[in-house]
Amino acid sequence: MSLAEAHAGSGFTISKLWTEKRYRSVLFQLIALALLVALVFFIVNNTIANLQALGVSYGFGFLSQPANYDINQRLIEYDSTMTHGRAAIVGLLNTLLVAVSGIILATLLGFTFGVLRLSNNWVVSRLVYVFVEVTRNVPVLLQILLWHGTILNLPTVKNAFSFFSQTFFLSNRGLTVPGPVPEPGFQVVPIVFLAAVIGAIVFTRWAKRVQDETGRVYPVFLINIVGIIGLTVLAFLVTGKPLSWEIAEMGRFNLSGGVTLRPEFIALWLALSFYTAAFIAEVVRAGIQSVSRGQTEAAYSLGLRPGRTTRMVIIPQAMRVIVPPLTSQYLNLTKNSSLAIAIGYMDITATLGGITLNQTGQAMEAVMLLMAVYLSFSLFTSLFMNWYNHRTKLVER
Amino acid sequence: MKKVIGVLAAAASVTVLSVGATAGTLDDIRAKGFLQCGVSTGVPGFGFTDDAGNWQGFDPAVCQAVAAAVFGDSSKVKYTPTTGKTRFEALKSGEIDMLARNTTWTFSRDVDLGLTFVGVNYYDGQGFIGRKSLGISSAKELDGASICIQTGTTTELNLADYFRINGISYEPVPIETNEEARTNYVADRCDVYTTDASGLAATRSTFEDPDAHVIFPEIISKEPLGPLVRQGDDQWADVVRWTLNVMINAEEYGVSSANVDELRGGSDNPEINRMLGSEGNLNEMIGLDKDWAYNIIKQVGNYGEVFERFLGVNTPIGLERGLNALYTDGGLLYAPPMR
Repeated sequence: MSLAEAHAGSGFTISKLWTEKRYRSVLFQLIALALLVALVFFIVNNTIANLQALGVSYGFGFLSQPANYDINQRLIEYDSTMTHGRAAIVGLLNTLLVAVSGIILATLLGFTFGVLRLSNNWVVSRLVYVFVEVTRNVPVLLQILLWHGTILNLPTVKNAFSFFSQTFFLSNRGLTVPGPVPEPGFQVVPIVFLAAVIGAIVFTRWAKRVQDETGRVYPVFLINIVGIIGLTVLAFLVTGKPLSWEIAEMGRFNLSGGVTLRPEFIALWLALSFYTAAFIAEVVRAGIQSVSRGQTEAAYSLGLRPGRTTRMVIIPQAMRVIVPPLTSQYLNLTKNSSLAIAIGYMDITATLGGITLNQTGQAMEAVMLLMAVYLSFSLFTSLFMNWYNHRTKLVER
Repeated sequence: MKKVIGVLAAAASVTVLSVGATAGTLDDIRAKGFLQCGVSTGVPGFGFTDDAGNWQGFDPAVCQAVAAAVFGDSSKVKYTPTTGKTRFEALKSGEIDMLARNTTWTFSRDVDLGLTFVGVNYYDGQGFIGRKSLGISSAKELDGASICIQTGTTTELNLADYFRINGISYEPVPIETNEEARTNYVADRCDVYTTDASGLAATRSTFEDPDAHVIFPEIISKEPLGPLVRQGDDQWADVVRWTLNVMINAEEYGVSSANVDELRGGSDNPEINRMLGSEGNLNEMIGLDKDWAYNIIKQVGNYGEVFERFLGVNTPIGLERGLNALYTDGGLLYAPPMR
């Protein structure tokens, strides 16, 4: 009895749904959710009904139909007899290629510019400042077209610039470099390389433990680099240099043989990298400046040398500020790569969202797939960067 | 909450309306007072904006003829430029009432995409253009060449098929618009450019030195180009189909914008009389004014006049009639009789 009385105040009655604030808010959220579900259901239903009324077929069956078109840049085997699904994957890999190479170059350039921007050399810091302001304030589409237009104005393929005694060629059909041709026995080299990398990781951990326990410091970076490169080169020499180079030769119309970076790829890659690098430079500058001067002074007073101060005191703290906005820049670069369509780089927007969409007319399905692809790229990048951010963030006690 | 309900109601009414719009296109057009016509983004001769910013050309002329038939005024057209990629969605969604944009009539487009082709206003085929300095005379010698293609058209499929059949290789250089393709070709990014032969002639006319370029003799595909409408409204499809047929028949019967006033009162030829309305009641059958055919011919002209005005040998495009001559002159143009 006394128990029932004690709960009377918190007992639930229907009228409390709108008289009491906490129940009311739940009620409204439920209503909002129900309306949202109803809206989505209505849109999907209505779309299907309309498509049926028009006599349009829908579904993802088209992905297993023959594509019947060719793609110039293929990272996996593909020809026009293969399916639309395969063509989409070829496009997907091209998107990944330009996104990953773009992220790498943009990061290198961005960090360099970001540090130079803080240089005590007035001319250098002003020059970088002008570069950053110009690059990040001009729409990236224009920059892509500018790079592409520049490359188109290079000499034609028959008058190509050649370097290194006729092995590298640069023309308005791209940069052609000798292509590696592995010979029997070559597989040993990458295996040794991988083993060296694993060895380096193990050594780094061991050196850290020794330092934690005894305070003894090894030149870890130097030893690792020498170890990895040295062992790989050694393996290459021991197996008798099992790698030859295929040099491009001028055919009737084009250079044949070798590896060609197409103008479309180069233009897109450089434009995206420089554009994103300008933003990254500002992020890096802000990150470095966010570490207070007192940190440096404290490190010096502990007797740390300037190089070590930068590496072990400034950068770890700056990274915490840099990583979250850096993630956004990586995501932007990946999404901006869909502007490839402007210059005819065959990324997934051009294959699945372009030719396939056009030939099959399955616009909705193709666009939904595209959205799913870019969404998963972005989520994956975020996931990785969140993991990294978690690792480098301040450990609070 | 009210906002959400408002949005829902608006969305519901919009989508319901769009379902209703698939039937009775003719009535909708009459009610709004103009024809919304999808055209290309610009192909010399076939569809371009003149100095005053008005759409002109071989394809917009079909739109103008339909407007003349429906409203008696060929200027009651609003144009929506569409790309190879957006054209079908624009038509299917009801954004435009008809599409007149060098579009190839194919099985899957007609059957599977929910579209109806009403006829052919230009018989075309895919060809190649290259520099004379290449020193080749046939497309079969193109092994290893770089080829500029306008993407999102039937062109790249024909090209893949042709090179597969002949067992030769090529590097496709896909390009979004005709203008971009021209830039790439002129810069020698590609050895040859391929698109419909009519488009090649039109593009060549814009080169600095047209004579330095040669169109190869091979025509590797059939490209019947024609106007199209949404599937499911036969009355509207009939209006567009017979507007085109009137233009072709008028040329065959010798009716042109110059003599149509004179023939309108009646002539010795019953075909002409039925077409122009002095005999019979064809206009009632199709649900248009008595002067519908007169207006088409008077304001836009017959097929031959339109061809000569925009594409013929006296224009910079300089196309021969070829396949597009009347069947009586050895061509393929053959419109069903007006009876």
